[in-house]
Amino acid sequence: MGLTHSSTGHGAVDGGLAIDRKQPGDRVIALAGNPNVGKSTLFNTLTGLHQHTGNWPGKTVASATGYVRAGERGYHLVDIPGTYSLFASSEEEEVARDFLLFGGADAAVVVCDACTLERNLNLVLQVTEIAPHTVLCLNLVEEAAKKRIRISTERLSAALGIPVIAVNARRKNSVLPLLALLETPPASPPVRVDYGEEIEEAVHRVEPYLSASLGASCPTRWLALRLLAPDASLAASTARHLACDPMEVPEIARAVEGARDMLAAKGLAGDALRDRIVERIMHLAHEVAAEAVTVPPPGTCNRDRAIDRILTGRVTAYPAMLILLAVVFWLTIVGANYPSAALSRLLFSLEPPLTNLFAHWHFPAWLTGLLVDGVFRTVAWVTSVMLPPMAIFFPLFTFLEDVGFLPRIAYNLDRPFCACHACGKQALTMCMGFGCNAAGVVGCRIIDSPRERLLAILTNAFVPCNGRFPTLITVLTVFFVGSAGGMFSSLTSALLLTAVIVLAVLMTLLATCLLSVTCLRGTPSGFTLELPPYRPPQLKQILVRSVLDRTLFVLGRAIAVAAPAGAVIWLLANVSPGGASLLAWGAGALDPLGHLLGMDGVLLLAFLLALPANEILLPIALMAYTAGTSLMDYGAGGELRALLLSAGWSRETALCLVFFCLFHWPCSTTILTIHKETKSVRWTLLACALPTLFGMLFCLVTHGLFALFGA
Amino acid sequence: MNMPKSLAATEVGETVRVVSLLAEGRMRRRLADLGLIPGAEVTCLGRSPLGDPSAYLIRGAVIAIRRRDAMEVSVTTE
Repeated sequence: MGLTHSSTGHGAVDGGLAIDRKQPGDRVIALAGNPNVGKSTLFNTLTGLHQHTGNWPGKTVASATGYVRAGERGYHLVDIPGTYSLFASSEEEEVARDFLLFGGADAAVVVCDACTLERNLNLVLQVTEIAPHTVLCLNLVEEAAKKRIRISTERLSAALGIPVIAVNARRKNSVLPLLALLETPPASPPVRVDYGEEIEEAVHRVEPYLSASLGASCPTRWLALRLLAPDASLAASTARHLACDPMEVPEIARAVEGARDMLAAKGLAGDALRDRIVERIMHLAHEVAAEAVTVPPPGTCNRDRAIDRILTGRVTAYPAMLILLAVVFWLTIVGANYPSAALSRLLFSLEPPLTNLFAHWHFPAWLTGLLVDGVFRTVAWVTSVMLPPMAIFFPLFTFLEDVGFLPRIAYNLDRPFCACHACGKQALTMCMGFGCNAAGVVGCRIIDSPRERLLAILTNAFVPCNGRFPTLITVLTVFFVGSAGGMFSSLTSALLLTAVIVLAVLMTLLATCLLSVTCLRGTPSGFTLELPPYRPPQLKQILVRSVLDRTLFVLGRAIAVAAPAGAVIWLLANVSPGGASLLAWGAGALDPLGHLLGMDGVLLLAFLLALPANEILLPIALMAYTAGTSLMDYGAGGELRALLLSAGWSRETALCLVFFCLFHWPCSTTILTIHKETKSVRWTLLACALPTLFGMLFCLVTHGLFALFGA
Repeated sequence: MNMPKSLAATEVGETVRVVSLLAEGRMRRRLADLGLIPGAEVTCLGRSPLGDPSAYLIRGAVIAIRRRDAMEVSVTTE
């Protein structure tokens, strides 16, 4: 759930590969590594950017770049997606491979998890085959030490033939020496994987032709290996970035065909050839690890297993998830209650002095009305309703993310998603959706299969994003818990909200299932997911990141939308061409449909006007209800209830609002993101229509049931 | 050496050695990248609450694999 400037909306989609150097002497450094080894953390520590980090694999779905200066030298760091190898079995691996091959980086840093070094070395060896200057950056050494894993950086460096540095990616003074290592060019070439006599002979036949036509800067040995074991995605990329497909050059094509025939005669074609290449790399990785790493006897690391037995246990997993969810909501509701009321009192108390001030300046009445009753009041509403719950919910959610709980949710929910012919990682993108649906949609890139990714994108808006939580909390609390206050009512609110979220998850599954038996048929593809070790959360980081990056950013966006929306609604309420105001006219026109859905025209109008940001839904409705009256502070529960009751609300209205708030069209940012990700107007329209249909159905049925049995 | 069986048939807590991969294409590469190559040691750590997928310890990392995919990995007990 990356909710920073770079990860939501337009900034979320990566551009080309070329990096513009600020100064001619600047270096471009590629940051590579397995998923979830602390690459993004290192990137943030070095550049000071707040690239979103969390303890789950696959967050960096698009390459991020940052700039850092050390002495005279400037470095452009490129955080490429985490990958296990460069054989490109997913879109992320393709992005990583293409940047290393064609991005023009001066050096590559491969970040490795000290706890699983042997597997990480697989990627290190592959990167050294492409990048002329590779540095191994060993992270999480302290965590490894706790597991009694010891690593000799000297021996590792000697065995690999590249510089090795142990760091704590969270500490700046620990990672700065890394930059110095990038200054000194390698004295000798790195260790070379020996692919065995047959393959080496084949490479030997092809390589000279590649050097001749592509130049020495191209990693010809690597390319020769890939040409021998044909790779469609690489062929497309080379054609795009090198302006020529090597296989179009007759001499190269002839040499490759000859070498392939030679290998095939020895039983090395297709999978067998690729297997041999992978095995050779793995064996070298194993040898290097045996040289440099001392691993304790198996059976250690019992703490993680014990936690897993509860959080993923047969009996305990689902209750544990529900309890954690309810606790997060409860803390949010309890914690936000008082500051919300205080903030609302404070902001609304500013209204009279502001009006007086404008009067003092001789502002015309309509301008004062527009600015104070329109803009200021809506902004005050959005701030007091939104800020406190966000400032509590975000850190709590980041905490769960940081300790490594999200992949366990995906693990627990994979079976149901698999039954819907979807990918378990959809549970991860769903969790991102709780923060922001646009970020969730971009996050769907972690799903390899295009069909399953589309399923996840189309159903992401079924879970309420952070902009919809305050509306849900307010409506549930005001209409279903009562204003008694205290421990009991906040607990009931939290449980109701948990039930609402469970409903949203069930509907996500139902919608996924419907799609995969109709327009997105197919069998579920393979699924592998790493369950990272539980890590102690970085409390200070969590607070800084979630409050500064997410809360203030999201609030800023909400206010930016709320201010003009406030002006518009005020104008609609006060411009009365033919007696009735435009607002009354619009609401009146929508009233029949609104009542059919158990709500009213004002709410439907509010849903339409809140398209840019769901946060402003309730403020707009309240503005509309109180248009023309002198509404002051309705922040407290009792008064709000009275206001809504006088506007004709009943429990039916509240329930239908909750359903429609859960299931309606996504906000405009999400819609644009869906279009960008699917590149299809049809899928984008379906992504809007599907939740809307669900919402309408829920509301119609609710309305019908209330009509049958009475309120 | 015992008869080869599929990785999906390993009991929780059991440690086995990979004999060969039967999977093809992408999944074959994905499994190999994770370290499932002939000779590699794998321990079954547990199953998810609904029985599938299961968690395996492969080269120090915990990886969740669905039963369907684990069927494509041939292993042997020592």
